[in-house]
Amino acid sequence: MGLDIRFPIGMMFTLIGLLLAATGILSPEKVSLGININMIWGAALLLFGILMWGSALRASRKK
Amino acid sequence: MNTPSVHLGVVDYSILALYVVFVIGIGFALKRQMKTSADFFLSGRNIPAWVTGLAFLSANLGALELVGMAASGAKYGIATCHFYWVGAIPAMIFLAVFMMPFYYGSKARSVPEYLKLRFDERARAFNSVSFAVMTIFASGISLNALAKLLHNLLGWEYNISLWVCSFIVLLYVLKGGLTSAIYTEVLQFFMIVLGFAPVVWLGLRDAGGWSAIKQKLAGVAVNPSAFNLADSASTTFHSDAWTSAWKPLLGGPSANPMGIDLFAMVFGLGFVLSFGYWCTNFLVVQRAMAAKDMKAARNTPLIAAVPKMLFPLLVILPGMIALALSATEGKGYQFPKAVIAEAKMPAAISAVRQSTAAGVDVAATSKALSSAAGTSFNAAKVEELLKSAPGTSDAQLAIRIQDAVVNDYDGVILSLVKRYCPSGLLGLALTALLASFMSGMAGNVTAFNTVWTYDLYQAYIAPDKSDEHYSWMGRVVTVAGILLSIGAAYFASMWTNAMDIIQLVFAFVNAPLFATFLLGMFWSRTTGTGAFIGLLCGTAASALFHACTISVGNLPGVKGGYIHIFWTLPSDMAQNFWLASFAFTVCFLVTVGISLATRRTKSDEELKGLVYSLTPKQTVDQFWYARPGTIGIVLLIVCVILNYIFW
Repeated sequence: MGLDIRFPIGMMFTLIGLLLAATGILSPEKVSLGININMIWGAALLLFGILMWGSALRASRKK
Repeated sequence: MNTPSVHLGVVDYSILALYVVFVIGIGFALKRQMKTSADFFLSGRNIPAWVTGLAFLSANLGALELVGMAASGAKYGIATCHFYWVGAIPAMIFLAVFMMPFYYGSKARSVPEYLKLRFDERARAFNSVSFAVMTIFASGISLNALAKLLHNLLGWEYNISLWVCSFIVLLYVLKGGLTSAIYTEVLQFFMIVLGFAPVVWLGLRDAGGWSAIKQKLAGVAVNPSAFNLADSASTTFHSDAWTSAWKPLLGGPSANPMGIDLFAMVFGLGFVLSFGYWCTNFLVVQRAMAAKDMKAARNTPLIAAVPKMLFPLLVILPGMIALALSATEGKGYQFPKAVIAEAKMPAAISAVRQSTAAGVDVAATSKALSSAAGTSFNAAKVEELLKSAPGTSDAQLAIRIQDAVVNDYDGVILSLVKRYCPSGLLGLALTALLASFMSGMAGNVTAFNTVWTYDLYQAYIAPDKSDEHYSWMGRVVTVAGILLSIGAAYFASMWTNAMDIIQLVFAFVNAPLFATFLLGMFWSRTTGTGAFIGLLCGTAASALFHACTISVGNLPGVKGGYIHIFWTLPSDMAQNFWLASFAFTVCFLVTVGISLATRRTKSDEELKGLVYSLTPKQTVDQFWYARPGTIGIVLLIVCVILNYIFW
């Protein structure tokens, strides 16, 4: 198939992760139960996005 | 008049927008590959198993699943997991190991087409018409629910939400056909999981972990009427009724909040309904049929089974968290329920005072209260109100009346989102909700356009046309399907009762279906006439069962019992599961009987690849541990362990 779905998924979560993490850093007053959840979860999404992207890249190099 | 309870910030809108750009982008990226009708309807059978597996899972997730499962989690507790651990998982494994070889190997392009190959046109026509109508109403109901939810939560205009959401789905399905529906479903799967996971995590932390939840829910179980969970103040359950999956079930219908017995749960839900849904519903089976080869097709439901097994953590646990929080003092969490407007309160108070003075019963008081306040009330609390009203001031009474309003279970998930999500995470959670809705709608639309084009249009209206013609038809009917769904959504918003009846009719049609497939696939003697008459009798039997039974607390009518009440069941769910068991048995017996009395019209040669005993065993080139049977057994063992842990 022409499209490896891991590329768009990776890209989207990388962007959303960056956005959330930036929100967490810029407005640390937005907390939930005293946790800066935007920053933590943004970082988690960023990591997930990069991993997806990375695995798609590796697969496309192998071809 | 509805003030939104949540305001979205720039970040939230940006996350939503990013998601929309990506799903539409996937549709446009796949447009180039849509050359033949097979590309559009069947994805050219070219997709890897992990992709079809995750799509298999999210196509089944309507907007209602997240909302509805959390609601059931609060209402019934961990027993709701039976829909997953007794229901879905064994059925998905059965589909992979035993049924997929016939669906995929027969070269049928849809489930109704398999029925045609195995039996004849009658079974196909019956199945494809009922399926096509059902998918339209299913997506309409879910569309209506979503637009209402967005309106109440965010204050978005109902009509705009409805049309915009449908248009987005239309755009990517139209461009990329089934492939783009499947690919976006994978993206949506991750969106749903990653969007809700932080909400569940925060909820779990807030409630003090699983052991604290267990402890609080034990308190709820012994006094359910205090939380408006029972209609009578004398109802009480064993302390583990919400937190253990099997023990309350073994105690019989009165020992568990679902009001259900073991047989109805295991045979009705676990066997008839779940196998009927997961093994014969083209909406999910279509995903597996799009896989690149037989191995991938059989692995599709197996791959889906892994996350499905863990889904209760994401969708049922939030309901239990909410209930536990509402039972914890000092958390400031109020279980969601309709708020009586201040203007209506005096009328409600006087309704109670008048009822007390006149000495009328609980039912009459509830009715008077409901018409005064515009919402429904819990019977047990109304009884208390009647007793305590004489010595209570108006202000006190107003508080107690508000407390007696029935729980809004469907509001559970949003109440948690509101509680835990600051701007940012809020956008993510909302996007997850939208994603779960869109994946369901796209699933319905792609299944509808395939069944319409191949099983109705090509079969009965315009056979022998060119492939371009059917490709064109597929696009036309995609637009038509979306418009019909929108129509169904408006219909649902206006005539709730009519909608209930329609859903009921489909429950009648679906209940016996699995008997037909089971006999068709595993007994070569089953004839076309036997299958068709069996199906009709099964459907008629479920309608008759419904007309002759009712569940406790309901009046004869839409809820059944309108001919004569032969049997009163302890709950709606019990009625539903017994109905399915009955319809299945009737369909099974009639199909066997008529098949023995009629002559086979298809030879052994024609049934090769369609019936188990007449199909040569596949030569398996996989190692023993990679075979579907082995993986299926491992998954079943894990499932048994899960049941054991939460016994």
